[in-house]
Amino acid sequence: MKNDTIPMIQLENVTKHFGSKHVLNGVNLSVARGESLVIIGGSGTGKSVTLKCILGLLKADSGTINVDGRDVTLMGKSERKKILSKFGMLFQGAALFDSMKVWENVAFGLIQGQGMDRVSAREIATEKLRRVGLSPDVGDLSPSELSGGMQKRVGLARAIAAEPEIIFFDEPTTGLDPIMADVINDLIVECVTDLGATTLSITHDMASARKIADRIAMIHKGEIIWEGSKAEVDKSDNPYVEQFIHGRADGPIQMEILKP
Amino acid sequence: MLSIFEPLAIIGRVVMAALAELGRLSKFTAEAVKNIFLPPFYWRLILKQMLHIGYYSLPVVGLTALFTGAALAQQIFVGGSRFNAESVVPGVVVIAIVRELGPVLGGLMVAGRVSSAMAAELGTMRVTEQIDALTTLSTDPFKYLVVPRLIASVFTLPLLVLVANVIGVLGGYLIGTERLGLNAGAYLKVTVDFLEQADVISSLVKAAVFGFFIALMGSYYGYHSSGGAQGVGKATTNAVVGAFITILLANLIITIVVFGT
Ligand SMILES: Nc1ncnc2c1ncn2[C@@H]1O[C@H](COP(=O)(O)OP(=O)(O)OP(=O)(O)O)[C@@H](O)[C@H]1O
Ligand SMILES: [Mg+2]
Repeated sequence: MKNDTIPMIQLENVTKHFGSKHVLNGVNLSVARGESLVIIGGSGTGKSVTLKCILGLLKADSGTINVDGRDVTLMGKSERKKILSKFGMLFQGAALFDSMKVWENVAFGLIQGQGMDRVSAREIATEKLRRVGLSPDVGDLSPSELSGGMQKRVGLARAIAAEPEIIFFDEPTTGLDPIMADVINDLIVECVTDLGATTLSITHDMASARKIADRIAMIHKGEIIWEGSKAEVDKSDNPYVEQFIHGRADGPIQMEILKP
Repeated sequence: MLSIFEPLAIIGRVVMAALAELGRLSKFTAEAVKNIFLPPFYWRLILKQMLHIGYYSLPVVGLTALFTGAALAQQIFVGGSRFNAESVVPGVVVIAIVRELGPVLGGLMVAGRVSSAMAAELGTMRVTEQIDALTTLSTDPFKYLVVPRLIASVFTLPLLVLVANVIGVLGGYLIGTERLGLNAGAYLKVTVDFLEQADVISSLVKAAVFGFFIALMGSYYGYHSSGGAQGVGKATTNAVVGAFITILLANLIITIVVFGT
């Protein structure tokens, strides 16, 4: 059934609104199998909402979302659950289970999702924690005892623990020091090259985007306004992209606060 | 500019909002009940919840029953003495405790403790995206979070109410024999004679139903909370109020059905 010509993830005209606020206004996006796509864009432009719509955590108002060639918006609960087992997700706020220890968080998908025994799951969890630069004794702490950056890394370890086919990283390097950020970038690249995973990452950190991306897409006001390979992003004459990657306050993107 | 239709519009909005809420609650209830019977079953979580709901509620439920039973005996003694009918004390105490006060007061006390705690916990999990994270880890949050709480609550409340009934009667017995000078042996005999099987069964059925509503309200408001700390606070309040009202309403209905004829 594997077909390399079918994109792993394909969004067509996806829209989503909350009340009177239109967050996504027809998002078109496609990620090939084994590709790493990075979405950049200003705060509040709908990046996290896009990921949640793909996962079905939010229900898109209209449009189609194909995962592995099948429209997930039409799926029933049990089918959707099967599809979800292909995914790993790092949430922007880490979203660790605070009633469990750190290692139980990382092992959760293995124990509950795959029915692995606790001893083997713990071994894998400890290994994944090591990969994100956390020592085994951190595993016995509770998430509330960790710093924000450490929580983020535990969330990352949890997202990759079950070695999913598709991994979403929502701002993986936010809140990390530059060195740890680079370690995490390497880890994400490894996930793609070693596991052959398809990844979709959100970041504001251009250094990170350049390192992990095959392709970069820019979202603005709920629409993908630019897409290209990472080499093209620096040469792009799109004023939005230019302003964003150089981090200028003046340009076509007007922050709310600057409006008169 | 206020038009004369403004009050009507407000009433309309309130009614619509209430109906929408009722619809959401019904859907949630149906989903919860359906999932009770579908695997996987999280036994460990059920046991943990039973401990939370049952064991840690024992002191508050026990004290409530003890004081209520004692006060009841005192009141009935004073009231009964006007007709030289002090001997009705044990019978009235046991009936009142087992049929009404044990389950209702027990249910309300547990609702205050447990519905609020459930709403706060699930609400926090909702606003920090932990519930979303569960979904992405191939775990149905309904089965993992809501169902264990419902099952645990439905089975624990009858046990708690049984204890409450015994302690309530004990409270009446202590006041009756130590303070009011009733004969200890006669007190116990009248208590046993008065109590019927139907009283005990209805008491336990009430408790199980109240247990269902306690967990349902706590889970529902927690699960659907939004808007940060303030939203969680609101969910907690709503859960307790919702549990109180449904408990009192269900109590009335069960009482009418069982004892109404
Ligand atoms: N559950 C929700 N209810 C109402 N509005 C929401 C909800 N989730 C997101 N929004 C709105 O949707 C918009 C986009 O949110 P989103 O989280 O996707 O932003 P983002 O692009 O990820 O921003 P950031 O880079 O700051 O994380 C925001 O303006 C937010 O107010
Ligand atoms: Mg975001």
